[in-house]
Amino acid sequence: MFDVLANLIVYGLLGLTPGSAPADALHFFVMDTAKIFALLVIIIYVMGLLRALLSPERVREYVRGKPRWLARTLAIVLGAVTPFCSCSSVPLFIGFVEAGIPLGVTFSFLIASPMINEVAAVILVGILGWKLAALYVAAGLTVAWVGGVVMERFRPERWVEAYVWQIHMGQMQLPEPDRSLAGRHRFAVAEVREIVGRIWKWVVAGIAVGALFHGYVPEAWVAEHLAGDAWYSVPAAVLLGIPLYSNATGVIPIAEAMLGKGVAIGTTLALMMSIAALSLPEMLILRKVIRWPALALYASVLAVAFTLVGWLFNAFA
Amino acid sequence: MKTIKVLGSGCKNCETTANLIRIAAEQAGVAITLEKVTDMAEIMSYGVMSTPGVVVDGKLVHAGGLPGPDQIREWIDG
Repeated sequence: MFDVLANLIVYGLLGLTPGSAPADALHFFVMDTAKIFALLVIIIYVMGLLRALLSPERVREYVRGKPRWLARTLAIVLGAVTPFCSCSSVPLFIGFVEAGIPLGVTFSFLIASPMINEVAAVILVGILGWKLAALYVAAGLTVAWVGGVVMERFRPERWVEAYVWQIHMGQMQLPEPDRSLAGRHRFAVAEVREIVGRIWKWVVAGIAVGALFHGYVPEAWVAEHLAGDAWYSVPAAVLLGIPLYSNATGVIPIAEAMLGKGVAIGTTLALMMSIAALSLPEMLILRKVIRWPALALYASVLAVAFTLVGWLFNAFA
Repeated sequence: MKTIKVLGSGCKNCETTANLIRIAAEQAGVAITLEKVTDMAEIMSYGVMSTPGVVVDGKLVHAGGLPGPDQIREWIDG
């Protein structure tokens, strides 16, 4: 259906020749834009209708006071299903500290949350198939677990800003949500507007980059440099991903284009994770609650973890 | 006069929420005191982690995401 639409627009309406670079790129762009946004709206609406989208306040209640292994498991799973806005990461960090949740568990949550969410997972299945989706999610969950444990070893408490320990949180008392069908519908529409309004730029940018890669990057060049034999392609992908930022949905079209041209799977996964989870703006936001050594450690732990994941997949794929 | 506080440390949605409330109050011809709370300790004292939060006369009525137009009307009229 999306293919027909893209054919119609690119070859019919604009009269571009199939097989030429601009036509290929544009075809990719039109098709992915239509497909990804259709999926986004449908998934978020359904989630909203079921009220399946958890708030950080609820996550905090579930995680607090649990034994460490259970707290970490919950934090990672709930982090993966909470599409929270990175602008909330400071109050979220403080709220977790205030609840006595161990810092390592909080870091596990902060790693899992931008990297995986159910919306991106469904789109990943739709665009790249369930196998790749499962690999990405499994790798993300593992990195979040190990990353938090490693961070803990360095006693990051000493780098938390002093004022954070002094804040006392009040009890949140929100009015009961409207549980009627009309109320659910209103909530779901608001969620769609809120989330799509927040991430559409990243998604369009991701599709544009994917389209350019698909149309203009020669396969021979990919085969020589990015097909998996060169050891340096994975760390290079991770480094490239640090200054770049997109959200978990926005990286999917980039991965699609890369895999289509024959880029090795580990290299692709490493770049996806690095773009989604390691970003400079995100780090600068966290600077309000933790000092530079902790940020540097956070970035290094993630960069090493992504590189290892990339190498592992390249070696066994 | 109603006092409405918007809780949030300078995120874009927080600005938008404050503006929406101000405009809605003007249109309804209701005088309100609109206050933007950016101090993290005060924000958290309401138990809010997802911003923007909205507090009407000391009572928390909203947390996380942009509020809908009918919600805002309710805060101003109710």
